[in-house]
Amino acid sequence: MSRNPQLNEHGELQHLLTTEGLPLAILRRILDTAESFVGVTERDVKKVPLLRGKSIFNLFFEPSTRTRTTFEIAAKRLSADVINLNIAASSQSKGETLLDTVDNLSSMHADMFVVRHSQSGAAHLIAHHVRPDIRVINAGDGRHAHPTQGLLDMFTIRRYKRDFHNLRVAIVGDILHSRVARSQIHALTTLGVPEVRVIAPKTLLPARVERLGVQVHHDMAEGLRDADVLLMLRLQSERMLSAHIPSTQEYFKYYGLTQEKLALAKHDAIVLHPGPMNRGVEIDSAVADGGQSVILPQVTFGIAVRMAVMSILASN
Amino acid sequence: MSPLPDAEVLLARLIDRIRPDLTQATALVGIHTGGAWLAERLHRQLGPVLPLGTLDVSFYRDDFDQTGLRPEVRRSNIPFEVEARHIILIDDVLYTGRTIRAAINELFDYGRPASVRLATLVDRGGRELPIAADYVGASLALPPDTMLVLVQDSEGKLGLDLHPRNLPKA
Repeated sequence: MSRNPQLNEHGELQHLLTTEGLPLAILRRILDTAESFVGVTERDVKKVPLLRGKSIFNLFFEPSTRTRTTFEIAAKRLSADVINLNIAASSQSKGETLLDTVDNLSSMHADMFVVRHSQSGAAHLIAHHVRPDIRVINAGDGRHAHPTQGLLDMFTIRRYKRDFHNLRVAIVGDILHSRVARSQIHALTTLGVPEVRVIAPKTLLPARVERLGVQVHHDMAEGLRDADVLLMLRLQSERMLSAHIPSTQEYFKYYGLTQEKLALAKHDAIVLHPGPMNRGVEIDSAVADGGQSVILPQVTFGIAVRMAVMSILASN
Repeated sequence: MSPLPDAEVLLARLIDRIRPDLTQATALVGIHTGGAWLAERLHRQLGPVLPLGTLDVSFYRDDFDQTGLRPEVRRSNIPFEVEARHIILIDDVLYTGRTIRAAINELFDYGRPASVRLATLVDRGGRELPIAADYVGASLALPPDTMLVLVQDSEGKLGLDLHPRNLPKA
């Protein structure tokens, strides 16, 4: 078996590219370390000196506000220097290749790259290419993976539900285009969640999705029954090259989360969403702003989880 | 070499030395892990009205570039206003002084205390920084290639263990 490209020869995390194949011990260590960083983010001085003198480059080849901002805040709270590059608007439009861009930035003494790209595998390619002392974090590559989002969802679930071993988790919506769903499924199964369901119309499910170890439901009422955790996904209309759904109104009717549908899940079920939300498409405002929603805590925890990932990578 | 002293005896001595200095504005802060156990015992015996906190200094250590992040970082917990407090910082073994330097830096990210004093169960010399303890259970001379650690049994009884020092990662 070939070596997991995220791990070094000692089995330590060298890059974070995907939650697929991430060993349980590393997953747990990230979540535990993030717990300590939540303490830091609740203080008046929300900064620790851990990565002082390190340079972290945010390479965003695809627009993003929230993810880039939370990575930037995480790096600054670790006292690293952060350089944000909006590549879509610069070198690439002048014809420079991805790896030439990376080589140039490496020569500016980068210690870590946070990479968002529309092509699946872009972060892997960069991780494979850079000097061995440089760390790479995948901040979303095409439809493939968005590991820090998956991890912050796991952190949020653990915060509210404590134990993964007796949970029913339902992932609802556009699984086909979602790198978040893939990252969630791999992390949930590694953490020992016994029942992971995906709820979506046939047109928004990848072929043979059940091979990932999930139960497939096309009927939302059936899929939500007695669920403990609802992971809502954004309907990614910008990634839809062809018609996958008749209309957003019809999508909302069958797969939008309303109070009535939420009532089918357990009474203490929690609702997560990676943002940005399409209100009235995949989620009703009454649910998004309701008592079972943990969507805003997710954002806060996302900073602590990214601090944990950065500090663990820098220390290996 | 003579056997290690009984940690429970040293703790009783430490408590007697700290007691006369307590004021309304005193707070106890233990450094993980051994110092946190000691702080809890001090808290129980010196008066549960004293505010009690713990620090895990992992995010403030100066050896991050050499040894990386410790595998188990605990959450620091300072559940009181540090501003204007007289803090007694508690650690199990005082050696190079680097942990204390990190702890003082972390403490100041919570606020500006009126004063910080240091209590340690064992002072084993070997300082690499200008740091001294105000309250000491015992001073011991130990070989430099050893590591002295505080241990706690299932009943909560404290003891001292001497190990060969783990070599730092190459």
